[in-house]
Amino acid sequence: MTLKIEDVRNIAQLARLQMDDSSLEQYASDLSNILALAEQMNAVDTSNVTPMAHPLDATQRLRADEVTESDQREKFQAIAPDVAKGFYRVPKVID
Amino acid sequence: MPAMTTTITGIQRGLAAGQFSSVEITQDYLTRIGLFNDSINCFITITDDLALQQAKAADAIIAAGNAQPLTGVPLAHKDIYCTDGIKTSCASKILDNFIAPYDATVIEKFNQAGAVMLGKTNMDEFAMGSSNENSYYGPVANPWDFERVPGGSSGGSAAAVAARLTPAATGTDTGGSIRQPAALCGISGIKPTYGRVSRYGMIAFGSSLDQGGPLAQSAEDCAILLQTMAGFDPRDSTSIEQPVPDYSVQLNQDIKGLKIGLPEEYFAEGLDADVARVINAAIEEYRKLGAEIVDIKLPNSGLSIPVYYVVSSAECSSNLSRFDGVRFGHRCDNPVDLEDLYKRSRSEGFGDEVKRRIMIGTYALSAGYYDAYYLKAQQLRRLIKQDYEKAFTAVDAILCPVTPEIAFKQGDKTDDPVSMYLQDIYTIALNLAGLPGMSIPAGFSQGMPVGLQLIGNYFEESRLLNLAHQYQQVTDWHLQVPEMK
Repeated sequence: MTLKIEDVRNIAQLARLQMDDSSLEQYASDLSNILALAEQMNAVDTSNVTPMAHPLDATQRLRADEVTESDQREKFQAIAPDVAKGFYRVPKVID
Repeated sequence: MPAMTTTITGIQRGLAAGQFSSVEITQDYLTRIGLFNDSINCFITITDDLALQQAKAADAIIAAGNAQPLTGVPLAHKDIYCTDGIKTSCASKILDNFIAPYDATVIEKFNQAGAVMLGKTNMDEFAMGSSNENSYYGPVANPWDFERVPGGSSGGSAAAVAARLTPAATGTDTGGSIRQPAALCGISGIKPTYGRVSRYGMIAFGSSLDQGGPLAQSAEDCAILLQTMAGFDPRDSTSIEQPVPDYSVQLNQDIKGLKIGLPEEYFAEGLDADVARVINAAIEEYRKLGAEIVDIKLPNSGLSIPVYYVVSSAECSSNLSRFDGVRFGHRCDNPVDLEDLYKRSRSEGFGDEVKRRIMIGTYALSAGYYDAYYLKAQQLRRLIKQDYEKAFTAVDAILCPVTPEIAFKQGDKTDDPVSMYLQDIYTIALNLAGLPGMSIPAGFSQGMPVGLQLIGNYFEESRLLNLAHQYQQVTDWHLQVPEMK
């Protein structure tokens, strides 16, 4: 799989990364090399193999629906870039 | 620094006998860090005030006769573990201003045990790398040769232990990040079974692979640290509910008659001849200790690298989506809208390797490609695991090299991500399988340390520590210290 500059632009958009036009070519080449490595996987037929989700086949643990955490809003918001009245502030989303 | 004060067991004895106080030994280490950190760059943050305060508290506990095994023992922690009130950067610009609001479970356990924290160690950004060259805070030097890499991603921890700037340190291992730097720096490190050590508060890279563990000067010290680190944690959804054995009990057991498997694939082309010589000499030592050496096969080993880079990148792209400039970490200046805020904050905050992996992972998980990459990788992962299951029906442990070559020079592999990935060829399969593995020093090549890897079956950390300790009783490679000028 050889990625084109346009592919890199699309992936960057999905990943919410901003790419300088000057770096797109390098990324296209690096990512294509990594994907070429990944394509070695195709050498093996896995049609009857169950995908592995957990090494020990453990399943999701459940717990009683009880409050176990205390409210630490102030502590958590103390490290936020921009807060106001207990909310996280970002640029206007809806006009 | 006198030899006896550098190991955890030595410090325990000294503290118990009143030969020195925790404040004194902590001050010794802080002084040593002050002397060498500029040239090695193994610490991102030195917590000197906190360390002395913890040491003082520890001395009071010791005086009152209430000491636990690690009370007053100085340690360093990889900067991937959240530490309440202390900068936790993961060696990334995006977290350069992040003061963690809580402690990771591992940190909480060390605090409860009365250990002293000297500081937070350098690493590859978000644990992505094998050379510690991907750090926002600059590369770490290998104490054996400052021009060479210490390995990664726990490169700062490994270098700090090797340089004796800390008796031991914590690390994390997603594809070899404890074992590979331990090998390249000539120290001991263990990556436990997946789910053995809590991942709570350990900044996630590849959640189905990540596992915390200790880096220390001997198997004996690793056992002491793992004792504190291991255990079920309800706050980690993949933590395994299984009792923790006493890891020191089995250390002195005779290994006569144990079957050790040598995987043919791990001794094939690509392994440096002089590294192979060191490993073969170690195999002879094990033979002398009475172990039975058996040839085994792990036929799907060759697939480990592609499978690993698909799985770990996919998981990292998902995990790192939390760094968005909204709730914590770096935010770009004057965002015009929310998308601009996300994109510029992330692009300014992440380094190149992290971006590459996010992009690969995003691609592998995107519509139309999921089956071909992520699903396929998870299927192959089962085949890799089955290879090991089969091997462990015939042997008690597996022995192989940790890395194909000694520590390379800084800058040698930075231009080619794929050649860097190939450094992990012997370490990543067991992360995919979730098995425990250990790296111990086994000799030198061109004056640089060579590591020996021991792989065990699930939850058989005690057996690995036993095998490593027995080897360290008849060899002195683990006692070698770099001469730093």
